[in-house]
Amino acid sequence: MKEYKPKIVCFLCKWCTSAGADLAGTSRLKYPASILPIRVMCSSRIDPMFVVKAFLNGADGVFIGGCHPGDCHYHEGNYHTRRRFAMLTKVFDTLGLDSKRLKLSWISASEGTKFAKVSNEYTEKIKSYGENPSKWNVFL
Amino acid sequence: MKRIGVFICHCGINIKGTIDVEKLTEELAEYPGVAYIENYIFMCSEPGQKLIRDTIVEHKLDGVVVAACSPTLHETTFQDALDEMNINRHQLEIANIREQCSWVHDDIEEATRKANLIIKTAVEKLKLNESLIPISAPLTKRVLIIGGGIAGIQAALDIADGGYEVILVEKEPSIGGHMIQLSETFPTLDCSQCIMTPKMVAVNKHKNIKLFANSEVESIEGFVGNFKVNIKRKPQYVDPDKCTICDDCTPVCPVVVPSEYDEGMSWRKAIYIPFPQSIPATFTIDTENCLGFNPIACTKCSDACEPDAIDYDKKPEYFEEEIGAVIVATGFDLYPVENMAEYGYGKYPDVLDGLQFERILSATGPTGGEMHRPSDGKVPKEIVFIQCSGSRDPERHLPYCSRICCMYTIKHAKLYKHKVHDGQPYIFYIDIRSGGKRYEEFVQQAVSEDGIVYFRGKVARIYKEADKMIVHGIDTLTSKKIEIKADMVVLAMGIKPNNSAEKVISNLKLNTDENGFLIEAHPKLRPVESLQSGFYLAGTAQGPKDIPDTVSQASAAAAKVLALLSNDEISHSPIVAIVNEELCSGCGICVSTCPYGARELDEIKKIATVNDVLCEGCGACISVCPSSAAQQKNLTDEQILNMVKIYSYL
Repeated sequence: MKEYKPKIVCFLCKWCTSAGADLAGTSRLKYPASILPIRVMCSSRIDPMFVVKAFLNGADGVFIGGCHPGDCHYHEGNYHTRRRFAMLTKVFDTLGLDSKRLKLSWISASEGTKFAKVSNEYTEKIKSYGENPSKWNVFL
Repeated sequence: MKRIGVFICHCGINIKGTIDVEKLTEELAEYPGVAYIENYIFMCSEPGQKLIRDTIVEHKLDGVVVAACSPTLHETTFQDALDEMNINRHQLEIANIREQCSWVHDDIEEATRKANLIIKTAVEKLKLNESLIPISAPLTKRVLIIGGGIAGIQAALDIADGGYEVILVEKEPSIGGHMIQLSETFPTLDCSQCIMTPKMVAVNKHKNIKLFANSEVESIEGFVGNFKVNIKRKPQYVDPDKCTICDDCTPVCPVVVPSEYDEGMSWRKAIYIPFPQSIPATFTIDTENCLGFNPIACTKCSDACEPDAIDYDKKPEYFEEEIGAVIVATGFDLYPVENMAEYGYGKYPDVLDGLQFERILSATGPTGGEMHRPSDGKVPKEIVFIQCSGSRDPERHLPYCSRICCMYTIKHAKLYKHKVHDGQPYIFYIDIRSGGKRYEEFVQQAVSEDGIVYFRGKVARIYKEADKMIVHGIDTLTSKKIEIKADMVVLAMGIKPNNSAEKVISNLKLNTDENGFLIEAHPKLRPVESLQSGFYLAGTAQGPKDIPDTVSQASAAAAKVLALLSNDEISHSPIVAIVNEELCSGCGICVSTCPYGARELDEIKKIATVNDVLCEGCGACISVCPSSAAQQKNLTDEQILNMVKIYSYL
């Protein structure tokens, strides 16, 4: 049987996490190709709707990466993200979606190793959950 | 529909090594919207750019996707290529298939599949990109420089000579930084003060430089070309206009504290001038130690001061200045010597760090430049220098090479030998790194002419026996144990970013690396710029470096700033928020969300508006909008959702 390869949609803020992912590249660190990046200006740009849509469209996990609290390039964007993420987890549970498949992590531009580590660990975790059961389950 | 050209770069083998570019080209040729697709070995080279320019004409393209390295590297390169062809620069998208794909995956099949998806997301985004014109904003032709060491001084003089105003902020009562503490400088052995003080005086006299000593940057707001900085000037309690520098105050001051300038090797009073050549030349009262803040306890200096320059009730002063650019030159501190307990620092007075030894060597130092050891004033006949103290030790101390310690140690040994002809310097080292102009010659000369003995190895332990420091080490070249009965030990401490700069750097949200040094926009091609536009880097705040490199970098940063200021106005990114007036209910959530005050309510239309010049394009207001009236130009919800679809569908 072919090995299960999850699809993880990653929203990375331009200033910290995407730069951290670039550093992981420059340092030639390895992580699975399940990590699929979308660069946004700030993690606060991420509308919860994007996450829900990603799941309903068939993504197996969604990862949001932003600057460490207090380090946001736009001063307080990641605080919005943090609150929104807490809310989103609850909404997921209410809707019967699997909130364990969501991940929020603060990764700075200097943390290439952290980016690779989180990517590896998170992919393993999603693999252990298997395919997203809500795929094609279009009820919204 | 837009006619999009996709250009896949091999980047030599950097991309082609893990991504099957031919297969990718074939697969994407049929993708809707792709009018033309090509791959080439180096897209950023002139032939590569020409290929793009020619194809734009030949295939009537109105958008270009370049699948290559991270957009931080070459986005502007390719945008400029589009500009040349009169295609709006926002019709370019970069698909990052190097840093975030080929470099991090090994499996060719998987990496190719991922690259395929990344390129498709770029195509989908580009399909809905609007052509945008940069927003022009006024440009304040003044510069803030944080840090008055040699880097800040050099940059300030260069910019001021170029005809622009400079605001130089230094946290200490005098400018000069660490360089003013040095005795002589390698490899020419010219006296540090002799080359430094004229520059300090020039800063003070220059009509274009406004100096804020004993001051701190509290905050900087705004964007490139239009910053507002808040500066706090700490009270000195001595009015510089009245003070005649007669020095009647220090003899009467009863409080004695270790001198910072002499690295604790001599004493100063609570009212003091840091060193005789201080700029600005004014006395300062050290609030932590002065007794005068309780008038019952002491008013001796005030009583002695004939011009009546002392005022204990002085309060901090706050200034707001408008500036267009910032140079961060906050410098370094030695790695805390207290962390190296095995070498007995603090326990034995004759174990010193590099800067303390520098003060002993200096003619303005505690011994007037004569060689005496701190414990009993004896002339040391044998000195052990330990290189890489705290450097190149990833398990316990700093992981990196501090770059200057090899050279300053050999200089120390040489200067010591010049003062004590029958003395013997020993140096423990890991490697000798003398990669600078005339550095290797300097080392060779010291070894052959001054009889300096090198041991390749580390020191295990230092302890005291009678009046000698017993140094136990190993010479790894001969595998012999070494025991030296030394009179003095000097630890060549590594350097780290300045402690007190940490706060200001985190306030400015500047990116730092894992060691706390500022990150440059590109390690090779943009070494003096920060990724945050309007911020420039100079000196050891960016990484360990010696004086020639620091001065070069400071002048380079000044040149970058001069280039910026030579524009009449600044162009501001047009990637800003917009409001759909039909959908906006005027709830005002976006107004309270915006960190820049760029959102306002139009009281007549009852809708929210965006001030384009103030908007930084973070997008926070877009995801809070309950009626989807707010959008971000060229990063709309629709664009992001289309990208999400590419990744999430099978």
